[in-house]
Amino acid sequence: MFRFILRRLLETIPVMLVIVTAAFFMIRFLPGGPFLSEKSLPPEVQRNLEAHYGLDQPLGRQYLSYLGDLSPKRLMPHRLFADTDGDGHFDFDLKAAFGIDFGPSLRYANRSVNEVIAGALPYSLELGGWALLVALVVGVPLGVLAAVGRNTWLDYIGSGVSLLGLCVPTFVLGPLLVLGGAIYLQQFNASGWEEPRDRVLPAVALGLAYAAYVARLTRGGMLDMLSQDFIRTARAKGASELRIVLRHALRGGLLPLVAFLGPAAAGILTGSFVIERIFQIPGLGRQFVNSAFTRDYTMVVGTVVLYAGAVVIFNLAVDIVQVWLNPRLRFDS
Amino acid sequence: MLRLSPNSDRLPPPPPAAAELERGSSLGRDAWRRLRRNRLAVTAAVFLSVLLLACALLPGLLGLSYSAQDLNLRYAAPGPGHWFGTDRLGRDVLARLLFGCRISLAVGLAATVVSLTIGVTWGAVAGYVGGKLDTVMMRIVDIVYALPFTVFVILLMVFSDAFAKSHNLGPTWNILMLFVAIGAVEWLTMARIVRGQVLTLKRMEFVEAARVLALGHGRIIFRHLLPNLLGPVIVYTTLTIPGVMLLEAFLSFLGLGVKAPMSSLGTLIYDGQLEMESHAWLLLCPGAVFSLTLLALNFLGDGLRDALDVRASAD
Repeated sequence: MFRFILRRLLETIPVMLVIVTAAFFMIRFLPGGPFLSEKSLPPEVQRNLEAHYGLDQPLGRQYLSYLGDLSPKRLMPHRLFADTDGDGHFDFDLKAAFGIDFGPSLRYANRSVNEVIAGALPYSLELGGWALLVALVVGVPLGVLAAVGRNTWLDYIGSGVSLLGLCVPTFVLGPLLVLGGAIYLQQFNASGWEEPRDRVLPAVALGLAYAAYVARLTRGGMLDMLSQDFIRTARAKGASELRIVLRHALRGGLLPLVAFLGPAAAGILTGSFVIERIFQIPGLGRQFVNSAFTRDYTMVVGTVVLYAGAVVIFNLAVDIVQVWLNPRLRFDS
Repeated sequence: MLRLSPNSDRLPPPPPAAAELERGSSLGRDAWRRLRRNRLAVTAAVFLSVLLLACALLPGLLGLSYSAQDLNLRYAAPGPGHWFGTDRLGRDVLARLLFGCRISLAVGLAATVVSLTIGVTWGAVAGYVGGKLDTVMMRIVDIVYALPFTVFVILLMVFSDAFAKSHNLGPTWNILMLFVAIGAVEWLTMARIVRGQVLTLKRMEFVEAARVLALGHGRIIFRHLLPNLLGPVIVYTTLTIPGVMLLEAFLSFLGLGVKAPMSSLGTLIYDGQLEMESHAWLLLCPGAVFSLTLLALNFLGDGLRDALDVRASAD
């Protein structure tokens, strides 16, 4: 198990290196620069700015020094969620926790990319968390009920929701929810992120598509389990149907779901680009799209690296949990 | 399935009786029969055909234009004259929908072809050659698979946007880049499926026979192996198109895909949700068309999978 984790950790290093390199050079070869857009600066000012941010150095040297700033130097994960400035919210302090420094933002004067990310990420994380919760809370019971009541009306409700999630994408569902919940029913705000009820519509819009997948996977896994011998044994023992489903079948039936959580988390992270735009949530997705448009080099590369890192770590965690749940996988490869 | 592929230049043509016999139970005909019995798939196919025909013919027949403005008739509700109403500039929503569908379907098909070409070639070569090359090629697929590729597609589109602006390229350039950007990330699953199939197929007798005939590797891959892969490839292609259309709409929604004055379903949905408060049909019409198209493509794909009896998983 330890060797497996170590090997997977080592494998992530080249992956991250490829991502950093691709993002770094892609954004650098774009025509236009961070100081060009709004008003044209006098050439001396521009030169000074470039010198200040080190953009006048040869590209190769910039790349190497960036890699140096980026590589983790310490391992203090508890400081990631520490509240350093004492405002009651956790600060996502990558520098204090791992020594990762994304450098200064080129568009926000006097703010580092780390600070901008720390300001925006909590919104995205909270949105993603709620969405994942919606996906599981709606999806798992639907899937279980559909499997238990196979080919009855329960099953048809389950497939109905699955179809809805399959063919109504988030950017249609989001506006529809605003139309229904905020404009006709007047129960919710059309946008914003202040009151607790502001979380409802974005989380449902983002989570429902995944609830459909979760329901389908759970149904498949449960059907698989319910036809196993040990279920028959449990029935023969006289266990109640409820106990059979919840105690015996559910554990194995949820296995396929675990494998899906990796891609789902990645999808929810990037899916929030659209939701943050529709509901005007100041999260990281909006920040990323904006900074790509304004050529904020360091901001773009920083967010890409952060997203990629999150996805890689999530996939790793899912792999480990899977091996832990299913020992047969340990001897694979 | 297990038949010698015809090689007209090396083997004498097979006797006609054998060809007759073979035609009696061809894979394609069986599949067609099964597909026709699947009502959902047939409905989906009919819907898609009607949509395609409408996109291709209706604008010409009715003399519709996606950019013609009638400022006296802004925000007209759906009714005779303008079946789906008009928008903020008095443009006919039906016309914009039909042209938008054209672009969305064209992007969907073309990007799928791009991803199909890359994926099939990649998977076939990896599976056929095997060994170290296979390991390396599939590791690359694994690595790319682990990337948050939406992020990279966005970067790629911003890149192409800036390039188009500095070189004065028209909106067609953007659509071309959409093909490339989407095709470049959607080929992975196809490569995996094709590789798996090639791994089993290459051990079969007809490949051995082809090798005995001293045929080149390229010829064996493209003439003998690929035709046997058609089933899974067709099925997965049908299921890729909705994914690609989703990605296109997603990008257009973020302002990175199709640019005005052209419209795609994604830009129409974006424009619609800006004004849905007072004019709901501007959102509902393109949203409904988009959802129905996705639904039909998924049903057709599922039907094809059942008909061709492919065991590949849906996801």
